[in-house]
Amino acid sequence: MLRALVIDPGKCTGCKQCEMACSFVKEGEFNVSKSRIRVFDFHTEARFVPYTCTQCAEAWCQQACPVNAITTNADGVKVVHENLCVGCKVCTIACPFGTVNYNASTGKVIKCDLCLGSPACAEACPTGAITFKDTEQAGFDKMKVWATQAAHATSTQGPNTPAAKG
Amino acid sequence: MNYVVLGAGPAGVTAAETLRSLDKASSITIINGEDEPQPYSRMAIPYYIYGKIDEHGTYLRQTPGHYEKLGITYKVGRCGGIDPAAHKVYLTGGEALSYDKLLIATGASPIIPRMPGSNLTGVHTCWTLNDAREILKHADKGSPVVLVGAGFIGSIILEALYLRGCKITIVEYAPRMVARMMDETAGGMLGRWCKAKGVDVRVSTKVEGIHEGSDAPGAKLTVELSDGTTVPAALVVLAVGVRSNTGFLVGTGIATNVGITVDQHLQTTAPDIYAAGDCCEGVDLSTGKPDMLAIQPVAVEHGRLAALNMAGHSTPHRGSLNMNVLDTMGLISSSFGLWQGTPLGKTARLIDEDGFKYLKLEFEGDKLVGAQCVGMTDHVGMLRGLIQSGFHLGNWRDRLLAAPERLREAYIDVMQSRPGFGPSAPHTNTPIAKSA
Repeated sequence: MLRALVIDPGKCTGCKQCEMACSFVKEGEFNVSKSRIRVFDFHTEARFVPYTCTQCAEAWCQQACPVNAITTNADGVKVVHENLCVGCKVCTIACPFGTVNYNASTGKVIKCDLCLGSPACAEACPTGAITFKDTEQAGFDKMKVWATQAAHATSTQGPNTPAAKG
Repeated sequence: MNYVVLGAGPAGVTAAETLRSLDKASSITIINGEDEPQPYSRMAIPYYIYGKIDEHGTYLRQTPGHYEKLGITYKVGRCGGIDPAAHKVYLTGGEALSYDKLLIATGASPIIPRMPGSNLTGVHTCWTLNDAREILKHADKGSPVVLVGAGFIGSIILEALYLRGCKITIVEYAPRMVARMMDETAGGMLGRWCKAKGVDVRVSTKVEGIHEGSDAPGAKLTVELSDGTTVPAALVVLAVGVRSNTGFLVGTGIATNVGITVDQHLQTTAPDIYAAGDCCEGVDLSTGKPDMLAIQPVAVEHGRLAALNMAGHSTPHRGSLNMNVLDTMGLISSSFGLWQGTPLGKTARLIDEDGFKYLKLEFEGDKLVGAQCVGMTDHVGMLRGLIQSGFHLGNWRDRLLAAPERLREAYIDVMQSRPGFGPSAPHTNTPIAKSA
């Protein structure tokens, strides 16, 4: 069963432990600028929104990669293969969510891969703002939501309309 | 059904794969005009030149036996002509292939500027893998290299040659670098950055000609410039632009302009013939007009859409967003959509000349329609998200005009203030945060 990060910004206190945990697990250092998850801080409203890759079905990053360095694993997670990434950054401009970022110190791109099964951010979150749940239990249907979005904001007819499943 | 795909770049390969995903039984043949063991990516060439990857690393698909496994026949051959009435493609060797549906994805070729010496040994374009192999023969550490053209491609090759340790002069006819990707401020920053790295940048300068012989150490060629100076070179790389490959269509009746004319379904004016990628003029999302946008993401979009239409799943094209990202020896810049702005639009600017940072946002009404940035990479894709989705920014338009650096906040707020919709919606099937 597919599992996904479920983010409830209403529970986020802005402690940024998710960012610390992510950068430590992924980069071996406490450097939140390299965290795959970011907490956006709305100063004037004392509101915080954790934000990371949705592992979207569209996978704009994957489609844009010129060297096949981003693939989808059995859990639907979009994974960057460091050995193949040339650092061209096309995925960073192609992802309309802005969740693929360039890491200048490695010359490769980084994105959330859900820690391949046990996301450190969810484990570190003290308030339950970030949880890792079965997608069905969470009522999480990415394709359906995307279609709703497309109907309201853009057209369902478009370059990135999900292809019919073969 | 018998599908033939002419061209094995990202458009052709994506189309062939999409056709296979929709149609398990049909025959699919993909023909590469270059004699290479596998389809490769031009985007990867700069990284091959400076040794970050080997030739295998340039391949579009990395799994061994990828095409065989999908039952896609890969073939090398150049197209000499098409007979739309007979549904036949002729290769230059004389072989004829029949098709039921044909995709033309023949890409583009570099323009060779008309000037004396452009055919000399040591003067190369940098477009194919074979060009790259030739360039490597001349681009040793310390070799003097002259790059003709400081557009996107010239600038990306610049980085590769810089990292090889070449001594570079870059000559550009326009008054700034990347003139078709960014404005004066950004182009000026790139120019200053390159000069600081030891690159000799000559803008508003034309190459008059190249001749053999040079007194300078390591050089075999002399490049004459319009300012009266000469520059020695071991290698001259021509990067003045590309042009759609449509020559073989002369006499077929298939309409072409700058590229092949296609309708909203990426069909050409001939029945059962479609076109995708650099060879055609698809719709530009920002203008609604046909344009040749020679970039990787557009090639992939075209390839996928053309295949859907070829397989009978009618899918009109809304248009592709023009966008580019460039790394110039560590200074990363990007531009999106109508980065030049619009006559009645408003512009937000954030400029830090000393810090080499620049962010410019172009609005029409309360929508973002274009953007440029230099020295900023974090969450840069949000710019595409806002432009492509065309979301109304509401109050955020004025906040961004006052403080463009609040872009990420604006994105999150705008995306999350529409319950259930917005690209971040899949992410938050959770209580939606209330907008102020």
